[in-house]
Amino acid sequence: MKSLAITVLVLLTAVASSALAETLVYQLPPETAELKPGPGVETAGVCTACHSADYISTQPPGKGKAFWQGEVQKMIKVYGAPIGQDDAAIIANYLAAAY
Amino acid sequence: MPTLNRRETLKSTLAAGLAVAAAGKLAPAIAGEMVNLRFRNGERPLVAYPQKRPLIVLTSRPPQLETPFSVFNEGMFTPNDAFFVRYHLADIPLAIDPDAYRLNVQGKVDTPLSLSLAELRNGFEPVELAAVNQCSGNSRGFFEPRVAGGQSGNGAMGNARWKGVPLKALLARAGVRSGAVQVSFQGLDRPVLPETPTFMKALDLDHALDGEVMIAYAMNGENLPWLNGFPIRLIVPGCYGTYWVKHLNEITVLDAPLDSFWMKTAYRIPNNACACTEPGKAPTSTVPIGRFNVRSFLTNIADGATVKAGGSVNLRGIAFDGGYGVSDVAVSTDDGKTWTEAALGENLGKYSFREWKANVSLEPGNHRLMVRAANRIGQSQPLEPLWNPTGYMRNVVEVTNVIAA
Repeated sequence: MKSLAITVLVLLTAVASSALAETLVYQLPPETAELKPGPGVETAGVCTACHSADYISTQPPGKGKAFWQGEVQKMIKVYGAPIGQDDAAIIANYLAAAY
Repeated sequence: MPTLNRRETLKSTLAAGLAVAAAGKLAPAIAGEMVNLRFRNGERPLVAYPQKRPLIVLTSRPPQLETPFSVFNEGMFTPNDAFFVRYHLADIPLAIDPDAYRLNVQGKVDTPLSLSLAELRNGFEPVELAAVNQCSGNSRGFFEPRVAGGQSGNGAMGNARWKGVPLKALLARAGVRSGAVQVSFQGLDRPVLPETPTFMKALDLDHALDGEVMIAYAMNGENLPWLNGFPIRLIVPGCYGTYWVKHLNEITVLDAPLDSFWMKTAYRIPNNACACTEPGKAPTSTVPIGRFNVRSFLTNIADGATVKAGGSVNLRGIAFDGGYGVSDVAVSTDDGKTWTEAALGENLGKYSFREWKANVSLEPGNHRLMVRAANRIGQSQPLEPLWNPTGYMRNVVEVTNVIAA
């Protein structure tokens, strides 16, 4: 009888603990980085669909147009960014001028 | 470059304070300070993410956080709240039910497994191992000419005691079928766009079965921090962090090499002994990145510091390699013309940071303190930096500038 009571207690505890078990949630800090102003910044807004603006702003400074054309083409061809070639040229020009 | 001015910092702090009040959530707080990583465009904000002390933010989405270098002087193990964070793709898991979490082992196995966290903890003999994790692109910001990618200083590395289940034991229970050649690994993180290649890595079967590769559920005696792969991650001792898949939930035994962008195109190094090319040149052939090269750092004196002239100056630091074991560390105060042997600290395992200590005497004036390590198979560090177009595997002899006065 005593062992049955213990069994019931254990079962109840198991039910209670599983009912208490909850999904854990992680909250990221607010994102503060923004694209620098400049001609073409609206078009370049598409970049921040997949990554924060600091992924751009922390790149080596003053690398010029060929560097940024390469980065934009990498985003299109490798990562599937939905950017047409006209917009790609606008974005590369913007990035080369702003960063 | 967007910088947090004081007003923005204050606003962020208030917003974070409100977030902290939300019960049951791991909420962020903002530190509001900036650090400079000593390369051009190396200014970064320090931000305290949930479970983390203020760390250097490289990118906020996906999170990439670097350990402030002073942490490496606190001890040979990097505290969990200071351990670096690196994700590739921005759809990272932000809600996890530990009771419902399952690790699936599938593919070319006799018995596919679907294991709960309790089954991983209780159903296998645990192993514990000290091992350094280091990002392939640690120190990329110091490459010259500069290259694209995450512009890390020297803090995308850390050393921890990992506890978990040997992958070998897991695969033995599932039963690897004949014809298997690789094992692939995937976690809960996903790309934002379906067109983006999802993050998957693979190890050759013999590597996967070496008994040291581990599925870790504890780090320095605690649960893994969320951003370090809670609740379980892959540990590949001696190898770059790209293989240490976080939030691991799928292990697949394959009968052909994994066809993934992250193995076939990304994380590849020049196929030569130095993993290097002439600066500005692309390699003619490449192989997947693998084991760490040898590195050593001075940790108790910061670059630009003033030290005592004429007397004994105590130097202390860390060294590590890809698992052959550090055998020698030496310091130089004359640009490498002569070297003084350092004393090695306790051996915490061949994959761990190894402490070293040395004493030097410096005349008044400016000095360049250099440290160089070697491992048991004779690998060491170059006096001039090696270069490759992806900015991987930097291991030049580090120089710390000091003023003796």
